[in-house]
Amino acid sequence: MSKEKSQHRGGMGTQAMFHLMMLPGMAFVAVFCFVPMVGIVMAFQDYVPAKGILKSKFVGLEHFKYMMELPDIVQIFTNTLVIAVGKIILGTLMAIVFAILLNEIRVKFLKKTIQTIVYLPHFLSWVVLAAVVVNMVNLDGPVNQFIAALGLEKINFLGSNTWFRPMIIATDVWKEFGYNSIVYLAAITAIDPGLHEAAAMDGATWWKRVWHITLPGMLPIILLMAAMSLSSILSAGFDQIYNLYSPMVYKTGDVLDTYVYRMGLISRQYSFSTAVGLLRSVVGLILMVMANELSKRFTERKIF
Amino acid sequence: MIRKKGIAANTGTIVIYALVILLGLACLLPMLNILAISFSSSDAAAANIVGFLPVKFTTAAYAKIMEDRQFWRSFGISVFRVVAALVINLVLIVLMAYPLSKSKREFKGRGIYMGLLIFAMLFNGGMIPTYLVVKNLNLLNTVWALVLPGAVPIFSVIMVMNFFMGVPKSLEEAAVIDGATPIQVLTRVYLPCSKPVIATIALFSIVGSWNDFFGGLIYMTKVQNYPLQTYIQTLSVKLEDMLNSGGSLNSLINAMEVSSQNLNAAKIVVSVVPLLLIYPLLQRYLITGIVVGSVKE
Repeated sequence: MSKEKSQHRGGMGTQAMFHLMMLPGMAFVAVFCFVPMVGIVMAFQDYVPAKGILKSKFVGLEHFKYMMELPDIVQIFTNTLVIAVGKIILGTLMAIVFAILLNEIRVKFLKKTIQTIVYLPHFLSWVVLAAVVVNMVNLDGPVNQFIAALGLEKINFLGSNTWFRPMIIATDVWKEFGYNSIVYLAAITAIDPGLHEAAAMDGATWWKRVWHITLPGMLPIILLMAAMSLSSILSAGFDQIYNLYSPMVYKTGDVLDTYVYRMGLISRQYSFSTAVGLLRSVVGLILMVMANELSKRFTERKIF
Repeated sequence: MIRKKGIAANTGTIVIYALVILLGLACLLPMLNILAISFSSSDAAAANIVGFLPVKFTTAAYAKIMEDRQFWRSFGISVFRVVAALVINLVLIVLMAYPLSKSKREFKGRGIYMGLLIFAMLFNGGMIPTYLVVKNLNLLNTVWALVLPGAVPIFSVIMVMNFFMGVPKSLEEAAVIDGATPIQVLTRVYLPCSKPVIATIALFSIVGSWNDFFGGLIYMTKVQNYPLQTYIQTLSVKLEDMLNSGGSLNSLINAMEVSSQNLNAAKIVVSVVPLLLIYPLLQRYLITGIVVGSVKE
C-alpha cells in the first residue's frame, strides 16, 4: 500500500521537479569541477595557451618523466610528507592532551574563557596569523627577546632551514589544537562518570584512570580523526606555508602545493604544473577512499 | 569533593590548571602583541619594543586607515563576495539537498547525482585547469571569479542532505496531502525545522569567503580588485620581491619595520573585526555543531 502511495507521489511531475532543483547546482559543478578535469589532458601535452587544448602537441608521459628526474621533486615530496605527518601526529596528540586537561577544570568561568580564546585562531586566516607569527618570532620579537634574556643566541626562526619545518608544524598545532580538541572533549564527557568513581574508590590514580578509562573511551573518535587526517597527507597547508616562507627556506619549506603554484602561475609552465598537480590529486583520491574504508571498518562511521 | 590523596591530588590539580592557563596564554598573547603594535606609535613599533601592551598609546594608525581608499575598496569587495557567496551557496545547497535526501525510489537518478558529487568532492582538475576555465569565462578581475567557482560546497550539501533525512516523514506527507509542491514542502516544512544546520553551513560559507586570499591572488591581476585578505597579504609580499632581488631577510625585516608596522597591524586588526562580531554565533553553531557534523552510518 505504502509503495503505491509513494509511487503516486513520485509521479512525473515531482520527478521532473527534483531534476529541476538539481539543475542549477549541477551546472556549476559541471563548469567548475568537471570541465577542469577535462583540462587535465594538458598534463600529457605541451600546452600552449595560443593553441588551446585541442591543438597543443601531445607528449604522453614526458612531463611525468621530467618530474621524476628533477632533483627538486624528492625534496618537495619529503618536505610535504614531513610537514603533513608532523602536523597530524603532534596536532592530534596536543588536542587529546588539551581535552583531557580541560576536562579537569572545574571553575566554569575559567573553562569558558579558555575555550573562547583557544578556539579563536581556527577561524582566522593564515594571512592574519602569519603576520601575528612573524611579529612574535622575528629577530627582535617577544620570543627572541625572551631567548636573549635567557642569555641564548637569537634564532631566525622563519629564515633558517633548521627551524622552518618545526615552526610550520608548531604554528599549525597552535592554530588548531583548541578547535580540534572539541570532538575529543565531547567524547570524554560521553564516558560514564560511574566508571571513574568506581576506579577512584578502588584507589586508581588520576594517571591510571586516564589511561584505562578516558583514553579507551576516546578511542573510536581518535581512530575516526586519524583516518580522516590520512587524506590530508599530501596537503601540507598551502595558505600557511605560502604566507610564511621565503626563497631562503625553499629547501625545507617548499611543498607540492606551493611548487605547483610557482611552476604554474608564476613560471607559466602550465603542462608541467598540471602534471604535478594530477599526481597529487590521484594520490589524494586514493588516500581519501582508503581513509573512508578504514573509518567504516573501525568506527562504523564514514566520511562520505 | 576533596579526595583522600590530599597534597598529591592538589599539586596535580595545580599543575593541570597551570598547563591549561599556559596554553590559553599561548593563544592570547600573540593576538595581544599585534593589537598592542597597532595602538603604539610608529617609532615604537618600528623599534620593535612593543610587547603585549601598547607603547606610547595612539590611535594614529587607525586614523590613517580611515583615509586609505584601497583598504576600504578591498574591504567592500570582501563584504560583497561574502554576501554574494552566502546567497548563492544557500540557495543551491538547499535546492540540491532536498531531492538528494529522498530515497532512490522516490527520486530516480539520485545515485548518479551522488556519485558525480562525491567524485567532484574528492578529485579536482587542479589549479591550472581551474584557472583556465575561469579565464576563458572572462571572469578574471571580476568579483565573480571569487564567488562562482565555490558556488556549490559539496560537503555542505551532504551535511544538509543528512539533516533533511532526519526530518519526520509525517510532516511532509501531511503537506503533500494538502497539495503542496516540492518547493512548498521544502520552504514550509523542511527549512523551518533545519535552522541549526542552515546556520552552520551559512557560517562555513561566511568564514570561508572572508578568509580566502588565494582566489584574489590568482584571479585578480590588478591590486585594486583584491579582496581584503589578498590586499593584506601583499603588504608583506613586497618584502618577498625584495628578497628575490637579493636582499637579506634582516634587511627585509628592517624595511618592513620602517614602513609603518603599526599601520599594517591596525589593518590586520580591522580585517578580523567582522569575524569577532560573529564569533558568538560561530561558537554556538560551529563548535557545538561540529560533533554532530560527521556522517553516521
